[in-house]
Amino acid sequence: MKISGAHIVCESFLKENVDVVFGYPGGAVLPFYDTLYQYDKIRHILVRHEQGAAHAADAYARVTGKVGVCIATSGPGATNLVTGIANAYLDSSPMVAITGQVARPFIGKDAFQEVDITGITLPITKHNYLVMKASDLPEIIKESFYLARTGRPGPVHIDIPRDVFTELAEFNYPDKVTFPGYKVKPQGHPTQIKKAAALINAAQQPVILAGRGVLVSNATGELKELVEKAQIPVITTLLGISCFPESHALSFGMIGMHGTAYANMAVDAADVVIAIGMRFDDRATGRISGFAPRAKIVHIDVDAAEIGKNVRVNVPIVGDVKHVLKSLNPLINESSRFAWITQLECWREEHPSTDIRECDGILPQYVINKIHEVTGGNATIVTGVGQNQMWSARYFWYNKPNSFISSGGLGTMGFELPAALGAKIGRPEENVWCVAGDGGFQMTIQELATIVQEKAAVKIAIINNGFLGMVRQWQELFYEKRYAATPLWSPDFVKIAEAYGIPGLRVTDKLQVLPAIQQAMEYDGPFLIDFVVEPEENIYPMVPPGASLAEIMEEPRETVHMGKNSSKHISNL
Amino acid sequence: METKIHTLVALVRDKPGVLNRIASLFRRRGFNIDSIAVGPSVETGLSRVTVGVSGSDAEVEQVRKQWEKVIDVVKVSDITSEPMVTRELALIKVKASRVERSEIIQIVDIFRANIIDVAHDSLTIEVTGDGNKLSSLYILLKDFGIKEIARTGRIAMTRGAGKPL
Ligand SMILES: Cc1ncc(C[n+]2csc(CCOP(=O)(O)OP(=O)(O)O)c2C)c(N)n1
Repeated sequence: MKISGAHIVCESFLKENVDVVFGYPGGAVLPFYDTLYQYDKIRHILVRHEQGAAHAADAYARVTGKVGVCIATSGPGATNLVTGIANAYLDSSPMVAITGQVARPFIGKDAFQEVDITGITLPITKHNYLVMKASDLPEIIKESFYLARTGRPGPVHIDIPRDVFTELAEFNYPDKVTFPGYKVKPQGHPTQIKKAAALINAAQQPVILAGRGVLVSNATGELKELVEKAQIPVITTLLGISCFPESHALSFGMIGMHGTAYANMAVDAADVVIAIGMRFDDRATGRISGFAPRAKIVHIDVDAAEIGKNVRVNVPIVGDVKHVLKSLNPLINESSRFAWITQLECWREEHPSTDIRECDGILPQYVINKIHEVTGGNATIVTGVGQNQMWSARYFWYNKPNSFISSGGLGTMGFELPAALGAKIGRPEENVWCVAGDGGFQMTIQELATIVQEKAAVKIAIINNGFLGMVRQWQELFYEKRYAATPLWSPDFVKIAEAYGIPGLRVTDKLQVLPAIQQAMEYDGPFLIDFVVEPEENIYPMVPPGASLAEIMEEPRETVHMGKNSSKHISNL
Repeated sequence: METKIHTLVALVRDKPGVLNRIASLFRRRGFNIDSIAVGPSVETGLSRVTVGVSGSDAEVEQVRKQWEKVIDVVKVSDITSEPMVTRELALIKVKASRVERSEIIQIVDIFRANIIDVAHDSLTIEVTGDGNKLSSLYILLKDFGIKEIARTGRIAMTRGAGKPL
């Protein structure tokens, strides 16, 4: 029996176990929406801007491990998705984005709401399609989901003309995909794995640099096994956060521009760096020529093109992290590496990086720390971009995989709110906190309405410093405090929340921080807190742009231990 | 790092937009395509693409891997260091008065090129060979005045019984 293209898309969704899609309707996708309406197994979440649909689908994918789906109409709907698609591409998030297109006879005629969207998304997708026949749809959709989630995950975009949605075709969903050119090689090469094992066994001062690839490949267990057997300190990238429990004695925080001092010092001193599922982003490595100058590097990644792209690698292993670690772990000798670990512990004592200075006003670090305290660390934290992101990375202790959701590669302000929505939809039972900057929050503030309409109990903490904080910090440090275009007036966020039907609090007194967070947690529904923080607080340590990791700038002011629970690692033991 | 022209040959699926994907990739990674030639391969549904691109070995290896990541691309090899034959074809329309004609014909013979069109005041010459040969002929013909030239991209194949692409 023949069915319409729109039905084929919906039926294919069912085959792919899609139960939630994020989208926004319009002329070119109207036939599709009319059909979707009949599928009550597929929940459609109406966002307030298509960018939000893409970010929500992205975050949904990150917390569930499923492929996130977003939908937009042709022209402006499609171009509004672009930032979100690019974000998913740079952070390797599995996503299928569907856009409507003008009907086939109008393509290329500059018709109303026609843009060459596959031309636009070509460099920011793993693959894309313009569908010219309804009968091609089953295969294309099957391929898209397969590509999105396998190998190095990423977004796939399908552009479907209006009249393809209405065209009739047979629906036979293929069981298999055939790509002559797309090979996923999960197993690493045995010789390379042996070489890596020999290097690791002989290492005196090794460190592991763990990235998002560990989470993507579900290899947290294998990583832990390796770490404990070989007693190797673990340092994560920003997106690697939560791939290894931060309460673990061998967890040494984050590398990079705003990483912990002791992590950066350890990488600088290491004799072997084992990079797992990470891609040596410049924000992580600092100046490349000064990166891990004493180390031999083992690089495990599923994407062959990442190997040797930014740093010289001694032992490359192309493969899925989980598979590779499964083969590697048995070849690793048990070891204690007592001296090296003691050295790192000393550095952690001397350069705490997680302490907070004494201050009468509200410090952003303090707020994040209190969110950790109140939630007991049981929360998924979704951040904006800038200082709030770095404070969230450093002052909350992440133990559950994929509990830190952030825009790493693209650094997209405005990610926070729609992504928090997507995370909450994916993890309805979980506490989801959106940590927003006052700048980023205003980029996608309209998604408050979606949160209310969908009854998504997202808790929102605005770190309101009255500035585009991270840019202001650079201006303070490198542009002699010329605050060009960074002072930021904002509306009364509590009143805004109220207008959306969300209860809120404005917190200006340090003593109110804890009770406010408690109140938010006790409330059954979304809740907003506007934390008015010290306006010119900086995030330290900082590796200045162009410097190597060893040239890290630390907090110039005195910090104090926050009582005996100050160190991340002690607090959770 | 030594920069030289590399010859990459690829098999790609005959899908709409595949050339666009390739061109976009080279642009995106900051490489200028020196020459490109596309035609059918032995297998139906697959085209063979030959690209000349200059860079260091490491840079070109990086672009080769990125190219191989394009979903519609089946395989990419850098055959620069292998024994190979390369060919280009050029059509050159050169000014030719009656008196100059025989001299031009002599040059054409030496280069084993062909005259494929004759007009009152011009000759059109077809020549195949490697890039050097084509350039040498061009230089000699320049003295007569060149009205038009069209040159294909380079195609390449490894010599002997080596593994086919
Ligand atoms: C869409 C977008 N525009 C601009 C930037 C550049 N940028 C990076 S951080 C930052 C400041 C962010 O300010 P805010 O959201 O208030 O967060 P804060 O740094 O103060 O925590 C800006 C403008 C960006 N990352 N994303």
